[in-house]
Amino acid sequence: MTEKYETHEHDVLIIGAGGAGLRAAIEALAQGASVGVVCKSLLGKAHTVMAEGGIAAAMANVDADDDWRTHFRDTMRGGKFLNNWRMAQLHAQEAPERVRELEQWGALFDRTADGNILQRAFGGHTFKRLCHVGDRTGLEMIRTLQDRGVHLGIDVYMECAITRLLKDGEHVAGAFGYWRENGRFVVFKAKSIVIATGGIGKAWRITSNSWEYTGDGMALAYDAGAELMDMEFVQFHPTGMVWPPGVQGILVTEAVRGEGGVLRNKDGERFMERYDPERVDLSTRDVVARAIYTEAKEGRGTEHGGAYLDISHKPAEYVKKKLPSMYHQFRELADVDITKGPMEVGPTCHYMMGGIRVDAETAQANVPGMFAAGEAAAGLHGANRLGGNSLSDLLVFGRRAGQAAAEYAKQTGTPNIDDAQVEEATREMLEPFERRDGDSPYDVHRDLQETMQNYVGIFRSEEDLKQGLSEIQGLKDRAGRVHVDGSRLFNPGWHLARDLKSLLTVSEAVALSALERKESRGAHSRIDFPQYDKQWSKLNNIILRDGDAMRLRHAPIAEMPSDLRAILEEKK
Amino acid sequence: MPDATFKIFRGDSNSGELIEYKVPIAPGMVVLDALHYIQAHDAPDLAVRWNCKAGKCGSCSAEVNGHPRLTCKTRLDALPVDEPITVQPMKSFPVLKDLVTDVSWNYRVNKKIPPFTPRSNVEWKMDQREVDRVQEFRKCIECFLCQNVCHVLRDHDKKEQFGGPRFFVRVAGLEMHPLDSLNRSELLKDELGIGYCNITKCCTEVCPEDIHITDNAIIPLKERVVDDFYDPVRWFLRKLSGKKRT
Repeated sequence: MTEKYETHEHDVLIIGAGGAGLRAAIEALAQGASVGVVCKSLLGKAHTVMAEGGIAAAMANVDADDDWRTHFRDTMRGGKFLNNWRMAQLHAQEAPERVRELEQWGALFDRTADGNILQRAFGGHTFKRLCHVGDRTGLEMIRTLQDRGVHLGIDVYMECAITRLLKDGEHVAGAFGYWRENGRFVVFKAKSIVIATGGIGKAWRITSNSWEYTGDGMALAYDAGAELMDMEFVQFHPTGMVWPPGVQGILVTEAVRGEGGVLRNKDGERFMERYDPERVDLSTRDVVARAIYTEAKEGRGTEHGGAYLDISHKPAEYVKKKLPSMYHQFRELADVDITKGPMEVGPTCHYMMGGIRVDAETAQANVPGMFAAGEAAAGLHGANRLGGNSLSDLLVFGRRAGQAAAEYAKQTGTPNIDDAQVEEATREMLEPFERRDGDSPYDVHRDLQETMQNYVGIFRSEEDLKQGLSEIQGLKDRAGRVHVDGSRLFNPGWHLARDLKSLLTVSEAVALSALERKESRGAHSRIDFPQYDKQWSKLNNIILRDGDAMRLRHAPIAEMPSDLRAILEEKK
Repeated sequence: MPDATFKIFRGDSNSGELIEYKVPIAPGMVVLDALHYIQAHDAPDLAVRWNCKAGKCGSCSAEVNGHPRLTCKTRLDALPVDEPITVQPMKSFPVLKDLVTDVSWNYRVNKKIPPFTPRSNVEWKMDQREVDRVQEFRKCIECFLCQNVCHVLRDHDKKEQFGGPRFFVRVAGLEMHPLDSLNRSELLKDELGIGYCNITKCCTEVCPEDIHITDNAIIPLKERVVDDFYDPVRWFLRKLSGKKRT
C-alpha cells in the first residue's frame, strides 16, 4: 500500500535551481505559466554559485572587433566541430542580450573606463569576451536570477530531491521525490518538465563538483526514455587544487591565466609553449589538462603531482582585486599567498559536455513534454567547452527551454498519473531501510570514484574502459543491495543510496561511449587511437535505454549551412 | 598523525546530545572533512549541509567550539586538537537534525524586499568606483552566520520585527546601486526594524566574506532612515510635496 504523499501541480516543473533552471523559470513565468522549481539544496547554492571567471558574450566592449561570428567560430573550434552548430549559433547571437538582461535585473559587473561591462581574456576565445565580477561571477548571476524569480512569483521547493519522472503514456506527467528535511514523499504534476540538474562530476574522485552533481537529471531522463548524447566528453579542468588532500580538486579559476598567470613545471619551464605555441597558457582546457597531466607523469611535476601556476609577477593589489576568492582560498586552505608565490594545480573533473539530447531551438528532448538546459543538456559544447561558455549557455538555453516548456504546457491537458508508478517509486526509496546486510552507500560511492578516476579519466584505452565497464557492472549489483541506517529525517546516507543509481547510469554511459569512439577529439583522449578520425567527425554517440539494457547507436551530424561554414573558414 | 576527538550534536527538534567521534588528522584538514569522514565511517545518517567546500556557497555554517564558522574553512591545525572539538548547529535557527537548521525564515524576509528597480530611460553605464561600493554587499554568500550571532535574533528572537544583518546588506546593495530608483527607508524602519540594531558589530566579526556590515551597510542605512523620518525639515518637505524621498 502506498503511504500518504502530498501533491503539487504546475504547468511547468523545473528540476534544478542553478542558472539554467532559474532562467527557465523566469521565462516560463513570463509566458503566463504557473511554475514550480525543485532543488536538492537551499536556493542559491547550486553549482552556478561557484562559477568564477565570467560569462562569454560578444559584446565588443573591450575588443571592438568581436562579434557573434567570432564567438561562434571559437566555440566550434573549441568543441572540435562536434557541436550542434545551430546551438552554437544561437548561443553566440543571443548571449549579449542575455547579459544585458541580467544587468537590468540588478547584476553589477566590473566596468570599463567608459562605464560599460568589462570583459576579460579566456582560453580559446579570440577576443576579450568574458563579462565578470572579479572571480565571483556565478554568485552575482545566481543571486540576480533567484531574486528576480522569487519576486516574480515562482514557487521554490527547496531541499527536495526528485527520484523518478512520472509519465502519462508517452508524455512526461510529473515527478516523484521526497523532502530531505523529513523524508516524506511528494508528487509534482506538470504538463511539461525542464531538467536543469547540472553535471555528473561526483562520479570521479578528483572533482570540482559538490555532492549534488550525481547525474540524476540525465539518469531520470534516460529512465523515462530520453536519449543521451556525447557522454564520452567529460571536461577535466586543468587547474584544480592538489594540496592539501582535503582540497584536492577544488577549482582554481581560468581567470588566473586570463589575468596573466603562467604555468610552469618543476624545472621552471613554461611547458605550454611545447603543447600549444600559439595560445600557450590560454589554450583550450582539454589541451592544458593533458599537458599538466603529461608533465607530471613524465617526472616534471610539482611535489604533489601538478604544475605551478604563478600570478605573483602582477601587483599584489591587482591580484587581490581581480582574483579575491583565489587569494582567500589559497591563503586559508593551502597557506599559500598567491601574490608572493605560485599555486600548485592539476586536472580536476569539472564539466559534462554530454547530456540529454535536445532540439536546438526549443531544448526539447525526444520524450514529449521533456525539456533540458544547461549542463544537463548536450550539444552546444561538442567535444570540449570553452571557459565562460557555460554561464552564457545557462542563460540562452535556460530561457529557450522555459519559453518552449510554457508553450507546450498551454497546448496540453492536465496529465494523469497512475498509482502504480507512485507505488513503484515509493518502494524503491524504502527498500534500503529493509535490508540488514549489504554495503554502505559511502563505500560503493568511493569505489565508483576510484573506478572512474583510474579507468575513465583523461587518457583512455580499450583495456581500461573495458575494465571500467566491468567494475561498473559489479558496482551496480552492490548499489542494488546497499543498506541504510537511521531514519528518513535528513539522512545523507539514504540520499546517497539513491544518487548511486544515477551515478552508475551516467558512468556506464560515459564508459560505453568512450569505448565506442575510436579516436581522440577534444576532451576524449584515447592512447590507442591518438588521432582525429574523419568518420568520427560526423557522428554523435547516442545512449538510450532498451528494456534494462543500455544501448548505443550513432547519429549523423546534420550538414552545416554554407553561411555558417563560411564563418568557420574565415581566418582570424 | 594522531586522531582528533569530535563532539558533535546529534538530535532533532525534540532532543539531542553531543556524541563523540574519533577522526584521523590529515594535513590541511578542515572541520567539514572530519564530518565527511564521520559520515563515511561511523554515522552515515549524520546530517550536514554543504556544497562547494571552498567558502563560496555559504552552506556549511555551524558553531565550532562555540564559534560560528564555515566548517569548510575551519582548519584543524587552527584548533586545539588535544581537547575535543565540539560542533553544534547554529543557535539562532530551529534544529531540523544534527547540524542542519531551519533557515527558511531568511528566505521569507528576503521576499519582503522590493527588488532592483531601475530608473526609467536609464543609460546602462556605471563608474567602477560606484560599483565597487555595492559589490562589497553583493559578495554575501548567505551563510547566515551574521544572523546567527546578532543579539536581536540570537538572544531576543525578534524574527517577526527584525530583518537581521544579512538583509541590511541586501538592502544596502539595492539602495546604493547607482541606477536603482526606489526608496526602502520605510521598509527598513518598519518591517525590517533596523532601529533594533545597536551596532555591536558581532555580525561584521563573523562575516567570512569580510563585508563591513556595520560600518558600510547598517550605519549608512540607519542614517537614511533618520534623515527620511526624523529630520523635521525633510519630514515637512515630504508632507508638502507628497514625495516619498526628499
